[in-house]
Amino acid sequence: MEIGQLNANHAAFLLQGAMWTVVLSAIACLGGGVLGMGVALCRVASSRFLRGASGAYVQLVQGTPPLVAMFLLYFGLPGIGFDVPALIAAGLALVVNVSAFLGEIWRGCIEAVPRPQWEAAECLALSRIQRLVKVILPQAVRIAVPPTVGFSVQVIKNTSLASVVGFVELARSGQIINNSLFQPFVVYAVIALVYFALCYPLSRWSRVLERRAGSWRRRPAGLATLAAP
Amino acid sequence: MTDKDPVVELRDVHKSFGALKVLDGVSLTVARGEVAVIIGRSGSGKSTALRCIDRLEVIDDGEIVVCGHRLTDAKLNLRALRQDVGIVFQSYNLFPHLTVAQNITLAPVSVKRVSRAEALETAQAVLRQVGLQDKADAYPEQLSGGQQQRAAIARSLAMKPKVMLFDEVTSALDPELTAEVLRVMEDLAASGMTMVVVTHEMSFARRIADQLVFMHGGRVRETGPGDILLDPQTPELRQFMSHELHAATR
Repeated sequence: MEIGQLNANHAAFLLQGAMWTVVLSAIACLGGGVLGMGVALCRVASSRFLRGASGAYVQLVQGTPPLVAMFLLYFGLPGIGFDVPALIAAGLALVVNVSAFLGEIWRGCIEAVPRPQWEAAECLALSRIQRLVKVILPQAVRIAVPPTVGFSVQVIKNTSLASVVGFVELARSGQIINNSLFQPFVVYAVIALVYFALCYPLSRWSRVLERRAGSWRRRPAGLATLAAP
Repeated sequence: MTDKDPVVELRDVHKSFGALKVLDGVSLTVARGEVAVIIGRSGSGKSTALRCIDRLEVIDDGEIVVCGHRLTDAKLNLRALRQDVGIVFQSYNLFPHLTVAQNITLAPVSVKRVSRAEALETAQAVLRQVGLQDKADAYPEQLSGGQQQRAAIARSLAMKPKVMLFDEVTSALDPELTAEVLRVMEDLAASGMTMVVVTHEMSFARRIADQLVFMHGGRVRETGPGDILLDPQTPELRQFMSHELHAATR
């Protein structure tokens, strides 16, 4: 099958690029998730220092484009003696970026758990860690799933930035093919479709999760009876 | 602490929220096994006084001693205090992601380090006490308000507290559900539990109180046995009672 002058070789090349996009997305989401969890916990910590430091980190990262972070890592670090492969530079830049955004999303989810839940746990003599781990986080996780899945769609699209440091993921493989075929409309339309095929299932899933999100979340204990006449 | 020492003692307690003075020199003594009921209109400081006893609010001045814990002490062991004091809130505050049994066993297992089997046994016992023995595996959202509140009481009881605090625990319930919760509290009082109760249920207050405390404007205006409601000495209590009577017959 051929679309324009795209042949099976091109298709295989694109597929390989798509695979690297998936790998880069996985690195960004997993690494960013782990780091972001740390950020979120620091943002709600009792220590003023941890709250301040993590807040500054979030501001700094959210205030700088991930593209510039990639340039810094890929072109900047070799200048001071560290050679960084494109995958590592792109991956690291995305991990840092994702951690700041997920950290803020999850901080919001933790804070969305009603205040009295903290208080009730405190009155049962649970330690702060126990309160967080056994009472607050399980509730926050249920709130967090839909926006987190939704955000992962952003992450997939942001991996296309890695093409500028020469990493051959989906967008870059499209560029390379186009450089030989000179059919930008066809090539980039195909690239867009592949991105869409990767992202759409996630957006749909996020929508489903949102609808299914635990009924107790929208109906906190007490409200139902308070509303009754 | 000897048997003679009061379980709860407030001495000249002051507390402000910003410019608003909520407690203006409150003193109160609750002996072991005694049921103290605090009444008064909204904003009289009764809930704040109760929350101060569990140190959910930190007082500005005065002294509070609860089960031998001096709350103003810099070295106060908060978690030890919370093990001696049980509190039940108006909004139940059960943990929605846990079943009733898990709600009840959580603190005994993670705080008191009792075995899961022993904690479950205790859970069964306290659930029987509040009449919910068949609801151990239900989630809070599957229960009525009255059942949720009784489960919350059971959760507190499972920690075997020395004193139980009740903060307007029936205010969110309709009369029928209110009755079932009040019945549990009366049984608890009859079993000898030391209790401090903030409530708007006047006939219940009169029935259950060993000591009735009427608060107004952040002060204790009248205190005595439940029957002081029948013969108010201050104009504030008289006015409060006539409002209550009016509300009851409306």
